Amino acid sequence: MRKFNLLDGLVVPLDRANVDTDAIIPKQFLKSIKRSGFGPNAFDEWRYLDHGEPGMDNSKRPLNPDFVLNQSRYQGAQVLLARENFGCGSSREHAPWALEDYGFQVIIAPSFADIFFNNCFKNGLLPIKLDAAIVDGLFKSVAANEGYKLKVDLERQVITTPDGKQIAFEVDAFRKHCLLNGLDDIGLTLQHVEDIKGFEAKHRAAQPWLYA
Amino acid sequence: MNDKTLYDKLWDSHVVRQDADGTALIYIDRQLVHEVTSPQAFEGLKLAGRKPWRTASMLAVPDHNVPTTNRAAGIADPISRLQVETLDANCAEFGIVEFKMGDIRQGVVHVMGPEQGATLPGMTVVCGDSHTSTHGAFAALAHGIGTSEVEHVMATQCLVAKKSKAMLVKVEGALGRGVTAKDIALAVIGKIGTAGGTGYAIEFAGSAIRGLSMEGRMTLCNMAIEAGARAGMVAVDDTTIEYVQGRPFAPQGENWDKAVAYWKTLHSDTGAKFDATVELDAAQIKPQVTWGTSPEMVTDINGRVPDPASAPDAVKRGDWERALQYMGLQANTPISEIKVDKVFIGSCTNARIEDMREAAAVAKGKKVAANVKLAMVVPGSGLVKAQAEKEGLDKIFIDAGFEWRDPGCSMCLAMNDDRLEPGERCASTSNRNFEGRQGQGSRTHLVSPAMAAAAAIAGHFVDVSKS
Ligand code: SF4
Repeated sequence: MRKFNLLDGLVVPLDRANVDTDAIIPKQFLKSIKRSGFGPNAFDEWRYLDHGEPGMDNSKRPLNPDFVLNQSRYQGAQVLLARENFGCGSSREHAPWALEDYGFQVIIAPSFADIFFNNCFKNGLLPIKLDAAIVDGLFKSVAANEGYKLKVDLERQVITTPDGKQIAFEVDAFRKHCLLNGLDDIGLTLQHVEDIKGFEAKHRAAQPWLYA
Repeated sequence: MNDKTLYDKLWDSHVVRQDADGTALIYIDRQLVHEVTSPQAFEGLKLAGRKPWRTASMLAVPDHNVPTTNRAAGIADPISRLQVETLDANCAEFGIVEFKMGDIRQGVVHVMGPEQGATLPGMTVVCGDSHTSTHGAFAALAHGIGTSEVEHVMATQCLVAKKSKAMLVKVEGALGRGVTAKDIALAVIGKIGTAGGTGYAIEFAGSAIRGLSMEGRMTLCNMAIEAGARAGMVAVDDTTIEYVQGRPFAPQGENWDKAVAYWKTLHSDTGAKFDATVELDAAQIKPQVTWGTSPEMVTDINGRVPDPASAPDAVKRGDWERALQYMGLQANTPISEIKVDKVFIGSCTNARIEDMREAAAVAKGKKVAANVKLAMVVPGSGLVKAQAEKEGLDKIFIDAGFEWRDPGCSMCLAMNDDRLEPGERCASTSNRNFEGRQGQGSRTHLVSPAMAAAAAIAGHFVDVSKS
């Protein structure tokens, strides 16, 4: 997994609540058996005017000029600013894969759906929950200032706005550690093989039918 | 006090180790696997030179991509076919039991697991699919996980997790005529919102829940995820135990007695504390119909499409306006005047035998309305299909003008050929009415099987409780 520490990234605002993972990556792209290459199809149905299918040359497809990701001022954005309950719906990890592949590293929203939130950390994406009023303020600032960037410092857990204002954010200590060091969960868990084996032996004795 | 919630009991009995900040390793008893969210996990496992920790804990089935007609011809779409073949190959390589497309036991993963007795009370159950919450109906701790976690569970038999808060959803009283578990689920979501359960594990309790069959409880827990909760659950009672007994993967003999004795402890203690409680009066719940693009955009059959002008805040107003535009609906239209183009009865929410019976009871001796282009019934598994045929339900559907298909996810998410055309409106027994869910530009109204069948017959939504 890619390490995350500091980012000074352009912000793109996605002003809708309850953006679901079907919208982030439509199901026809889930037929892939790979983990990469989903970026060009992130938000496919909103981003393009035609219907996307796997295998199409996305560079030749007609773009929806009204969709925020297509506006020239937001090209190269690395911070996605969103509304409540971002990432709800299907548990597909293809959603964070698509966002990461597109180039996002940070997602800021007042709330996230649980599974999506979890999946982000496993793919080098940092989801940040901020107060709804602060998020709303950021939406206004982004709209008013072309080229609006945010500095995100994971180590210190602070976001700095272009006018120098600092916004602290929470992040789970274990996830922060993994993200800062690019650590893979499986490797970490396998350090506890003895604990797992010990548990398994007790569990088997208590509920033998689970192992019959 | 040592009184525990059901969730506490399930959690505590699976903690392998826990860090000071609450991050825990939770042991997983059962992993269900399907073709969409597993290929990258198997690939990751192989790349790292790892093997599954306990293959006997895994059970696999293809469901999302499988065709519901003309199975003998195989899967036409080469990309879908490759995904299913990849699952077959991975299961063969690692020795994982898989019910392949031609097997009568094949079906939607969340229908198949319980039907086989592969989901048992007291288990932790995971699957790379958000509707894994379904299995909580058996007093199991069951939730959906992402592909990285699928790989993690394969490799370590554990999941890294933090304990959620506990919510009690209590539904007391008797359900009215024609009102089902699906209506309870939608009414709960309408009440607490699609993020209302975020951060919680929900226990459904109360006399109305105890009165539900296992099928009904599964429908309810299935939709817990649409309320934002990763897990939904119902305590063990005789209904649970009777359902499990005699199923292929269920314990037998001496183990059975031991298991039952343990399972009977799987309920919240009387003094258990919940972080939140929501109460509903079963008698007040009417048949529900969603009108928008999120399951919380729901009202009952006597209701109307809401007016965005009356939305509680600006963000909601914007959401409602967008939803009405997408759905092609006018504010204040009575729900009963909304006409449907297609009807889909199926999915892991409502494709069990009881759902088939409820829909057939409405369709019996009637005909699908002329304005309905397609009404299809997709049983949840080959075994559900066989049982329905034994009861003659297939004939009832076919005589009424419904199509009777082979099992799979089908038009729930339209990964196979079953999908809506842009702008088409569907009465669907599935669980998500998101934009594009049933095909690009598709318009979905979530309802119960009885309500879907009634809409097929009338050509528009009607109140089944009055028919
Ligand atoms: S039936 Fe629908 S919700 Fe259920 S597993 Fe299949 S696609 Fe997912």
